Amino acid sequence: MYIIIIGGGQVGYYLAKALLDEGHELLVLEKDAARTAFICNELGSVCIRGDGCEMATLEEAGAGRAEMFVAVTGDDEDNLVSCQAAKHKFNVPRTVARVNNPKNETIFKKMGIDVTISSTKIILESIEEEVPTHPITHLLDIQEQGLEIVEIKIPPHATTIGKTVKELPLPAGNTLSLVIRGQQKPFVPDEDTVLEAEDQIVAITTPETEEALETALRGS
Amino acid sequence: MGCGRVGGRLAGLLAIEEHDVTILDLNDYSFRRLPPKFGGTALVGNGTDEDTLKKAGIEKADAFIALTQGDNRNIMACQIAKHIFNVPRVLCRTYDPLRRELFGSLGIESFSPTTIFAQLVKEKLLEEKPEGEKKAN
Repeated sequence: MYIIIIGGGQVGYYLAKALLDEGHELLVLEKDAARTAFICNELGSVCIRGDGCEMATLEEAGAGRAEMFVAVTGDDEDNLVSCQAAKHKFNVPRTVARVNNPKNETIFKKMGIDVTISSTKIILESIEEEVPTHPITHLLDIQEQGLEIVEIKIPPHATTIGKTVKELPLPAGNTLSLVIRGQQKPFVPDEDTVLEAEDQIVAITTPETEEALETALRGS
Repeated sequence: MGCGRVGGRLAGLLAIEEHDVTILDLNDYSFRRLPPKFGGTALVGNGTDEDTLKKAGIEKADAFIALTQGDNRNIMACQIAKHIFNVPRVLCRTYDPLRRELFGSLGIESFSPTTIFAQLVKEKLLEEKPEGEKKAN
């Protein structure tokens, strides 16, 4: 697969390295001359100096035959504009943009960027998961369907302990897919499963209903 | 958005005509370019940030104009103004003519000072050519 990466910073460099190992053909566009030289030294001639928002540069990079376009610079406006150029000018089928300011995810989505990755949000969540009282952890976002897979911990004094799944006011469209309980083998809950303290529940939900799910599982 | 020479001047002109003007810039030192009796609001903040735009009153704005030095910043701010806040009139300065063309086709009304100025200089030059030739002779 031919992949173009915009931005040869830490993210761009390690991404290029990983994708090359997987055998993909790729090109990194980087504005800075010294950084370009560094990447060429380390990875071979896979990096050219240029502005990934310039149509002429993208043309030269062969954007027209790229199957995937990834913009991972530290500037959201640059990532947005280069992905839009790739999508609308060169018809690249899949565009992926790094979003530094989590607030920008909405506009990126609205402007047709296929996949957005909010580095700030990911770091925040990874740290939050380490806080023992943190109630809900996002494991995976399935952006196309607007679904997310989350893990919810049942605290020791939750009002829902002892209740069965069918007694819980689960929001429509939400599914409890797995219960992790102490040292037991994780199991798929059914409607008669009784909640216990310290259960870790993996569920499928949506961004709109995750709060209701949390309340349903942990009580108020 | 952007209180450079053009932004500052435009804000001043619009304020004189009694429009309700708010000007945004990342740096409050830029506001020195506003006329001394500027009757509008000057706000420090990033015009590609939704919360800053809300603070600037974008939800009730009739027009949004992006005049920073960065094409991409201007384009992004204009797309936010148009597609998130539904501002009726959005104008974008885009130096790069090719980028202007692309985003024009995506519905962002923009103009390229590069193209306009090159054209203007060319016309000026050709118009005064006979006189220049006379001098050379």
